[in-house]
Amino acid sequence: MGQETLIDGIRTKLGPDVEGVSSSFGDVVLTIRAGAVRPVMAALREPPFDYQVLLDLTCVDFAAGEGRFELVYHLYSLSRNVRLRLKASLPAADPAVGTLVGLWKNADWLEREVFDMFGVRFEGHPDLRRILTYEGFEGHALRKSYPWRLGQPRIPQKDEV
Amino acid sequence: METRIQREARPESMLLNMGPSHPAMHGTVRIMLELDAEKILNAEVEIGYLHRGFEKTCENKTYFNLLIYTDRLNYVSPQINNLGYAMTMEKMLGIAVPERAQLIRVLMSELSRVSDHLTCLAAMAMENGAFTVFLYMMKAREFLWDVIELTAGARMTTSYIRIGGVRADLHPDWRSSVATAVRETRKVLKDVSGLLDKNSIFLGRTRGVAAMSKEDALSYGWTGPCLRSTGIPYDVRKASPYLIYDRLSFEVPVGEFGDNYDRYSVRMREMEQSLRLLEQVAALIPDAPPLPAGPLIEPAEAIRRSRRQRPGERIRLSPNLEGYEKERLPGLTALDKPDALLGTGYGIAVPAKEDTYTTMEGLISHFLFFMSGKGIRPPKGDVYFSVEGGNGEVGFYIVSDGTDRPYRLHLRAPCFHVVAALEQLIKGRLIADVVPTFGSMNMIGGELDR
Repeated sequence: MGQETLIDGIRTKLGPDVEGVSSSFGDVVLTIRAGAVRPVMAALREPPFDYQVLLDLTCVDFAAGEGRFELVYHLYSLSRNVRLRLKASLPAADPAVGTLVGLWKNADWLEREVFDMFGVRFEGHPDLRRILTYEGFEGHALRKSYPWRLGQPRIPQKDEV
Repeated sequence: METRIQREARPESMLLNMGPSHPAMHGTVRIMLELDAEKILNAEVEIGYLHRGFEKTCENKTYFNLLIYTDRLNYVSPQINNLGYAMTMEKMLGIAVPERAQLIRVLMSELSRVSDHLTCLAAMAMENGAFTVFLYMMKAREFLWDVIELTAGARMTTSYIRIGGVRADLHPDWRSSVATAVRETRKVLKDVSGLLDKNSIFLGRTRGVAAMSKEDALSYGWTGPCLRSTGIPYDVRKASPYLIYDRLSFEVPVGEFGDNYDRYSVRMREMEQSLRLLEQVAALIPDAPPLPAGPLIEPAEAIRRSRRQRPGERIRLSPNLEGYEKERLPGLTALDKPDALLGTGYGIAVPAKEDTYTTMEGLISHFLFFMSGKGIRPPKGDVYFSVEGGNGEVGFYIVSDGTDRPYRLHLRAPCFHVVAALEQLIKGRLIADVVPTFGSMNMIGGELDR
């Protein structure tokens, strides 16, 4: 399946959930509706699209300029050896999106990282808490509103396990 | 703060903490275990002890300056991180790298890959009690790092692979140095195979322990040797070849069961392939053309003469810039686009030092490359590019807003996905299985925690 037929196939299958198709430096980018992230991913994971691997998940903060966060998913299809980038825009105020836990096992940690760094809530995530920073860390470090060099308050030592 | 495992633990079971500072937790990671005698009922892995805000720092550095932070990601194979970042930038800038620089990059990548695998297996074997293997492998790594040290001047944080090419040419003695490294590493691999492959103690702790299915490996986003140990032959070098990998012949070894032994064995066989690649690429790299003969003048003298006329003689560079002579640069780095610095384009590489020291234009180019707001300024957009690192697919996702700093830079760290599966792998096994399982994963704190 060529890349163009594939994109056409995805658009036919997912209809209005796909808001746009673009290309950036040769990479195909699909923009999808934030409310439909989970059903779209579930469809893409199955044949004929067969994107079996969730390569990466991250987020970009456009809150200051454009008033939104942008989630960036990278999928990879082993059988067809192609990658696909999907983007979903979230409002800057209280960003939330459906979780992918249950579809991919690494979604658990990836979503915790985005939550930790950007404060995006993943609805339905079983254990959404910080991963790279610690409980008691104030703010979300990769937001543009978080200064580069900001001290954090001292926290009491953790309980012994 | 109560952790998940504390909430879920049965009252009669025992809770045990491994790490963050534990002899077997190379790097810092904390594994909390819920135990019934020696059996692990439940496990929780806590990471982030080495989090230093890599991505945030990059947003505040220029594209040229942030290269040094990529060295510190996977600090066992720093050159592959350099390569991943440099190639992502090259994809965005749309520049072609000279052939010689590509060959040198392959050489450096494979040296790094072998040293990465050596370090992983050495630590894994040592934690299983095979201290001899550790010493043998560290010895082999020294020979590999000798080549890197000759070339780049540093052993670990080299920043040798730059956007556009490489920093300097290879050392005049590189051929014999690479040949020694390959020969010695082969010897060590043979010795280690003899010590471990049929060693019943080692087999007992690795064979059939912490097996991963293909489906789960894909579901966890595993790449690299860990994915290949389950039998899936995915290698970025084969799947989407970069540099000149499509012209080289090598195989992608795979395992069968995805257990600790397969992860060990895949790494061992991959090193053999990397050594093959090293030999092939060494044969492909031509000898550096000799520099023009003639007297060299000191920079101060050149400046004095340049007040009246442009000096014709070549200028003596400081010894630590060896291999970086102006005549060599065209083979080593992509040249700037026309009007790169003074016009509307963008610079790619540091201008030749000879010009910077002695001519007005050279000095202006130098300042325009390093000045805030100038230098490397890729067009707007976002890009993802990945290379095969020691642990798997090392991917960089960069969002550019047209300025000299990335708006957002994200690293796809291969061992983040691998370590995410640790909880599942050790559940239901014995405490003693944690050590070889964790060892075979090759967790590298620098790229895991960023």
